[in-house]
Amino acid sequence: MRSLDDMAYKAKDKKAAIGPDIDLDSYSLESATHANVKNLKTIPKEDRERMTLAGLDASEKERAGTYVQRDATAVHSGSNVDGMEIIPIKKALEEIDWIRDYYWKLASVDTDKYTARARLDLQDGYVIRALPGKKITLPAQACLYLEKEGFNQNVHNIIIAEEGSELHIISGCASASHVTRGLHVGISEFYVKKDAKLSFTMIHHWAEDVVVRPRSVGIVEKGGLFLSNYISMKPVKSVQSYPTIYLVGKGAVARSYSLLVGSPGSELDVGGRIYLQAKDTRAEIIARAITNGGNIMSRGDIIGEVPGVRGHLECHGLILNGGIMQAIPELKGLVDGVELSHEAAVGKIAQEEILYLMSRGLTEEEATATIVRGFLSVDIPGLPAPLKAEIDRAVELSQKDVM
Amino acid sequence: MLVIEDLQVKIGNKKVLKHVNLEIQPGETQILFGPNGSGKTSLLMTIMGYPQYKVTGGRILFKGEDITHMTIDERARLGIGISYQRPPSIQGLKTRRMVQVCANGDVDVDTLADRMNFREFLERDINVGFSGGEIKRSELLQLMAQDTDLTLFDEPESGVDLENISLIGNTINHLLQRVNESQHCKTVKHAGRERSKMGLIITHTGFILDYVTADKGLVLYDGMVAGRGNPVEIFKQIKKVGYMECARCAA
Repeated sequence: MRSLDDMAYKAKDKKAAIGPDIDLDSYSLESATHANVKNLKTIPKEDRERMTLAGLDASEKERAGTYVQRDATAVHSGSNVDGMEIIPIKKALEEIDWIRDYYWKLASVDTDKYTARARLDLQDGYVIRALPGKKITLPAQACLYLEKEGFNQNVHNIIIAEEGSELHIISGCASASHVTRGLHVGISEFYVKKDAKLSFTMIHHWAEDVVVRPRSVGIVEKGGLFLSNYISMKPVKSVQSYPTIYLVGKGAVARSYSLLVGSPGSELDVGGRIYLQAKDTRAEIIARAITNGGNIMSRGDIIGEVPGVRGHLECHGLILNGGIMQAIPELKGLVDGVELSHEAAVGKIAQEEILYLMSRGLTEEEATATIVRGFLSVDIPGLPAPLKAEIDRAVELSQKDVM
Repeated sequence: MLVIEDLQVKIGNKKVLKHVNLEIQPGETQILFGPNGSGKTSLLMTIMGYPQYKVTGGRILFKGEDITHMTIDERARLGIGISYQRPPSIQGLKTRRMVQVCANGDVDVDTLADRMNFREFLERDINVGFSGGEIKRSELLQLMAQDTDLTLFDEPESGVDLENISLIGNTINHLLQRVNESQHCKTVKHAGRERSKMGLIITHTGFILDYVTADKGLVLYDGMVAGRGNPVEIFKQIKKVGYMECARCAA
C-alpha cells in the first residue's frame, strides 16, 4: 500500500485529461464530525428534504438498505435484507480482508489529482455487496451530503454484485441549501461477476458553485449486466465524469444512460467509455441533454477488441435558451467483425411538434414543456419500479429549471 | 357556425387561397374535393390557425367570433380540431398522455382506445413508427377525447387498409353525430334535429363517401371554389371527366 500512496503523492498536482482544472487547495478538508443517525427521520427536516431530491427515501419503505454520509462522516449504514451488505469503507478497510482485493484494483490512484486526493485524504464511502445468488430487487440507497461551505468531500465506493446476484443502487449526491461552494471527489469501483445484474443510478442535486469529479471504473464478467444511469438536472458549477467499463466475459452487457440539463453557469462534461473485450459482449451509451444557457459536452467511446461484438452510441441534445451543446461520439474497432454505430443530433424543438400540441389545446408554453418532458423520458429497461419512479420524479422536478 | 368570407391566404409569396367563401351550419358536414395543390390542406390549416398560412384578406368567423388572428390553441379551446394526414411524431410522449392532453383532464383513455381498437398503442410514443392507418386511428382517438365542435379531416382514409376503413368511417360519423343512414332510417331525422357538430372533410379517393353522408360538397381548383353541390354527384363527375373539366363546367 505504501507504493500506492507514493504514486498518489506524485500525482497530487496532475491535471485531469479533460475538464477545467480545479485548485484543490481552495477547498477545506476540515469539517465537524457528525453524530451517528439511527433513524433517518431524525435527520433535520431541511436536510432530509434536500436528500429526498437526490432520491433518498427516509422511510426506507421501498429500499433494501441505506448509507448516508454527511461531509466526511458516515452517519448511517445498514442493510434491511438478507444477502446484501452495506459497510462504510473505512470500517471495511479495518475489519475485512477481502476488501483489499477490490480497493484501488480498477481505478488508478495516479489517474489525476482527484484520484490522488481520494487516496491521500479518504474520508469515507460505502461498500455495497450482493452475496452470490441473492436477488435484491428493491434498490439500496446511498446519499453523499455536503453540508459545510467550501468543503472538499472525498469518498470511495466499492460495489460488488457477486456471481448470479442482482443488485440495484440509487446513489444520490446533494448539498445543504445554505451551501453554495464545495468540491466532491468520488471514486467508484464496480464489480459485476458472472451472471450478475447491477443497476446503478446516480442522481445529482448540487448547488450553483459546487464542483464534482467522479472517477468510476467497472468490470463485467461472463453473462453479467451493468446498467449505469446518471441524472444531473440541477445547477452545478462543473461536473467532469468519464466512467470506464470493461466487458471481459462472454456475453457481458453494459448500458449507460445520462439525462442532463445544463443551467446558466453550469458546465457538464459527461460521457463514458466501454471496452468490448470478450465474445458476444454488447454496449450501449445513450444521452439526452438539454441546455438552457449551460455548457454541455456529451462524450462516448466504444472500443471493440474482439470479433462479433456490438456497440451503439446515441446522443440527442436540445438547445432551448442559449448555451453550448457538443456531442463527441467515438468508436474504435480493432478487429474484423465488430459492429459499432453512433447517432448524434443537436437541435431545437421542432415548431411542428409545438403546433401539433397547440392544436390539441395546449398553450405554447405547455406544449414546449410536454415535449421537453418526453425528450427526457427515456425508457430504461431493467429498472425496478421504485427506481423508475425516482427518475420520473427527477425529470418532473427539472421542468422548472428547463422552462 | 363557421363563416369564411373572401379569404385570401399566402404561404411566403405564393397565393394559395383566392377569395374563398364558405359557410358550415351547426350540424352540417361538407366534403372538400380538389386535385393536388388546389388549396384543400391550406384551407384546413388556415382555419386551424397555422402561422405560416398568412391571411392577406377576408376573415373567418366561428361561433360568432372573429378568429382570423387567433392562435391555434385559442381556436382549439373554442372547439376546432383537426385530423392530420401526416402529424409529427414526438419522442417520449406516450399516446396515452396525448389523449389525456386532448381531453384536458379526466378521460377514460382505455375505453376510448378500445373503440378505436388502439389499446396496444397507448404506451407507445405518439406516431413513432405508426403506419398510415395507425396514424389515422390515433388522430381520431385524440379527436374523440378532444370533443370538438368543428372537426377538420385531412384525407382520413388515406393509408387505411380495407379492414379498418369502416372503423374510420363509423368513427367520423360518431364524431359528427351522424348515424349510418342506411341502417338507421328511422332515427336520422331525430338525430338531425339534435345535431350540432360540424365537419369539413378532404377526400381524394372518395371512399369516405360510402360511410359518411355529407350535406354538401365543394371543389377547390387553383385556390378558388370552382363548384358546389351534392357531394356524391360531384364525385361522380370528377371520376367521369376529371377535375379540370369538372371545375370548368361548374364555373
